[in-house]
Amino acid sequence: MANTNLYQSLSLIVPEIVLTIALLVLVTADLIFHKDKKSIPFVALAGILLTGYFTLIQIGNYGFAFQTSASAFKHYGMFASDPFSIFFKVIVIVSSLLIVFFSFSSDEIQKITDRIGEYYALIFGMILGMYFMISATDLILIYLSLELLSLSSYVLSGFTKLRDRDSEAALKYLLYGAVSSGLMLFGISLIYGLTGSTNLYIINSLIQSPDVNLFTLAFAVILIFAGIGYKISSAPFHFWTPDVYEGAPITITAFLSVASKAAGFALLIRFVKTTFVSYTDPNGMWQLINVFDWKTLLISISILTMTLGNFSALWQDNLKRMLAYSSIAHAGYILLGLVVFSDQGLKAIFIYFAVYMLMNLGAFLIVMLIANKIGSEEIDDYNGLGFTSPFLGVAFTIFLISLTGLPPTAGFIGKLYLFIALVDAKMIAVAVIALLNSVVSLYYYVRVLKHMYLTSPTKDTPAVSASLPNTILVSALVLATLVFGLYFSPVVDAAESSLFILGL
Amino acid sequence: MEQNLLLTYLLLTPIIGSVLVLFLKKEQKQLIRLFGLAVSLVAFVVSLVVYFEFNQANPQFQFIHQVIWIKSLNISYHVGVDGISLLLVLLTTFLTPLTLLSSWKAIEKNLKMFTFSMLFLEVGMLGVFISLDLFLFYIFWEAMLIPMYFIIGIWGGERRIYAAVKFFIFTMFGSLLMLVAIIWLAVYASTTLGYFTTNLIELYKVGPTIPHQIQTWMFGAFFLSFAIKVPLFPLHTWLPDAHVEAPTAGSVILAGVLLKMGTYGFVRFCLPLFPQSSVQFAPIISVVAVIGIIYGALVSMAQTDMKKLVAYSSVSHLGFVVLGIFAMTVESIQGAVIQMINHGLSTGALFLLVGVLYERTHRRDIAFYGGIAKLVPLYSTVLMIATLSSIGLPGLNGFVGEFLILIGSFKSSVLNSWWFTIFAATGVIFAAVYMLWMYQRVVFGEVKNEALKHELTDMNLREMIVIVPIFIFIVWIGVYPNMFLKLTEASTQSILQQVGTFTGNLLK
Repeated sequence: MANTNLYQSLSLIVPEIVLTIALLVLVTADLIFHKDKKSIPFVALAGILLTGYFTLIQIGNYGFAFQTSASAFKHYGMFASDPFSIFFKVIVIVSSLLIVFFSFSSDEIQKITDRIGEYYALIFGMILGMYFMISATDLILIYLSLELLSLSSYVLSGFTKLRDRDSEAALKYLLYGAVSSGLMLFGISLIYGLTGSTNLYIINSLIQSPDVNLFTLAFAVILIFAGIGYKISSAPFHFWTPDVYEGAPITITAFLSVASKAAGFALLIRFVKTTFVSYTDPNGMWQLINVFDWKTLLISISILTMTLGNFSALWQDNLKRMLAYSSIAHAGYILLGLVVFSDQGLKAIFIYFAVYMLMNLGAFLIVMLIANKIGSEEIDDYNGLGFTSPFLGVAFTIFLISLTGLPPTAGFIGKLYLFIALVDAKMIAVAVIALLNSVVSLYYYVRVLKHMYLTSPTKDTPAVSASLPNTILVSALVLATLVFGLYFSPVVDAAESSLFILGL
Repeated sequence: MEQNLLLTYLLLTPIIGSVLVLFLKKEQKQLIRLFGLAVSLVAFVVSLVVYFEFNQANPQFQFIHQVIWIKSLNISYHVGVDGISLLLVLLTTFLTPLTLLSSWKAIEKNLKMFTFSMLFLEVGMLGVFISLDLFLFYIFWEAMLIPMYFIIGIWGGERRIYAAVKFFIFTMFGSLLMLVAIIWLAVYASTTLGYFTTNLIELYKVGPTIPHQIQTWMFGAFFLSFAIKVPLFPLHTWLPDAHVEAPTAGSVILAGVLLKMGTYGFVRFCLPLFPQSSVQFAPIISVVAVIGIIYGALVSMAQTDMKKLVAYSSVSHLGFVVLGIFAMTVESIQGAVIQMINHGLSTGALFLLVGVLYERTHRRDIAFYGGIAKLVPLYSTVLMIATLSSIGLPGLNGFVGEFLILIGSFKSSVLNSWWFTIFAATGVIFAAVYMLWMYQRVVFGEVKNEALKHELTDMNLREMIVIVPIFIFIVWIGVYPNMFLKLTEASTQSILQQVGTFTGNLLK
């Protein structure tokens, strides 16, 4: 009996096992080929492709792994494999794949070829952390995966050691991270004290009883939210973001801004839904247990996040920093999808993330390619670049327009579904605040266009051309951004079929 | 329903053209110019085919082409025209080749991108006028911002960057409000119809049944978005900047077509979708429109820059159009539609002519000129005709539109007061003052600047080819407006009928 249980559990975590093996292979390969490390990136690539394959064949194989022995709750484990987790895992693995491609041509990464094995091993550490985070249904596993992700990212954000800023970034990240994970651990311990369990499903059923101490519970929830909020860089836990994004190598910045955020959101959604929702009504509205006012908390956090992000981005002259603030603002928009507490909102989040991955990674890729050539990310160095480097200029324009959320790009579809979800939930005032924020964001995105196109090129303006693989990569992302802007049924269908979260 | 692909061909012509332009070599400037012109002429021919096959007696949308696009949201590619939109489609396809021809010499820098932007802009403009699906409409509405931003920002004057950004942000603000209203409307439709839809024809049935308070908000969002585009006083501040800084071609398209999208929006969306709110707010809107008429005229008088003067005169002229629309009589709305065309023609012509002077001397200030009648007699004559058309001299186009609007607003039971007509009529007088005064200062008197004598040359053949077609229509509409009025009659009546059905005896 116990063996079949274990076997079934292992079959559910095949992607994670593959990741672990790939991580070990990478470390070993790094030791074996220590003279010539040209093959290491391809080992990493193979590992990611394999993981992607095993993630996809998990579709249909749903259930709980590592079920608890407590008799009343024996159906619930600490790890859930469900459509919801597959969707986020696909987002994570696709962005990892893109990041590996980015790393192939990144100047910064080229300079550290002797440590390239560690670089990829740490990336795999991050991916593993995210994978577990997305599926975790137990506070202990949540904490462990969060730490695995964080520790790998601390190292990576200061990994190149090319500039002073790198160490500053890593240190800041570490300090903020240590504080928030400490807070989160405290919150977890309080919850355990209240309910005697770390399993989200058990907690869910226990807090439905009337004699739970609401004040302590609320306190614990807020502490846990601090840990998650730090990962998704929502206000007021976002202060590390600009510094880390600016200091870290661009590949890692891009990775943090998409994959790490996706994992953080997956964790937040699962935590809220499995712990605090009693049932989903036929209209797809989630009925919250009346113990904690998530709605007010999330609405205020979301509005604060997007407003702070957008207004701070207005003043940035460094593009990495600007994109950092813009990613904070996007986290604010995405939070709105959760605020409505419905399947409709979750669908909007899925769509937004798929779209956000394409356009944000695309924007970072262009910034990286240009930085490779001119060695700078300052907006003034982009003057007239649209004319000397037409291909990258047009691609960047499309990504920025998409980030603004204008049709006919994919970014518009993300916003459209978000607004539909909000209006459907009769939260029109919130929708209006979000759109006013979009107007603000228009200013700083367009500011880049202004430097690229409305300023005439001088003799010193460099002509940046992309190599063939990069041209293909950029074109693919541009094409996807445009195609999903006009024909978005595939994304919507994928999102719709991934709404199911195990357990409720 | 039978599908008619004609409008799709019309839309595809500039789409394909703009893509093909990208494959031409940057150095072959003449080829790029000719190609752009050819594409826009083909689009004009296609729109003429639409005109000749159009059944004027039928108030319904015609040439409908509907293809399911996004099944889950019931969004479809859905296009069609009625008399009102057809007229604006014709204006668009008519002005685009002329503007391309007018910028033959003026645009040297990044010509390829300019031609691409102009053709892309034409796609957006045509799309706005023929969309029968709100989602499709919104995409075209927004997609137009980007080429216009570049046209102002790259080929514009000294303060072009400021003007371009201001234009972008103002319009984007309005259109995002409209987006929320569109979604709200579609979500509301899902409660009454049982499914989410953005199909305009279906929403015509849903809109008027919306409870009063919600309807007011939706109407407000749509109205604000269109009012910014028109632009209605006091939301007009982006207009002078954009007009003055844009290159001639940009100004002509901006005045000729882009501003009409706002007034078109009132007729196509605000009135039939939200009839109760439209009737309720008509008096307030008309007051604002009349203020705009007088304000625009007074500010025009004080201008020292010719382009700015024409820009402010637009605020005044479009005040007339808005007044006509919200007076809600057959005459006034038909007059408003004709006035949209008139404004496109006469203001377009004025911008072109200011551009002709500017190309030669690079000066636009009125004080610099004077006495050019002796130097460039042909130009002076042409400018006279454009000026008179803008003033509304009987026998030319402007008179027809203004006259109909004034009659309509006088009779209007929605406004129910003579004062609107009386104050609006003073705008006509002011228009004569500022336009003729400008004409006098520029054309008559002694030649003030010796420099003018060598710099200024008369209209050349290309410029005449651009301006003469406009003049043909200026006279045509002035002398025989029936042909244009007949086109819009059935559609106007059907819109008013829709408004009347739901507002009862408010509207006689």
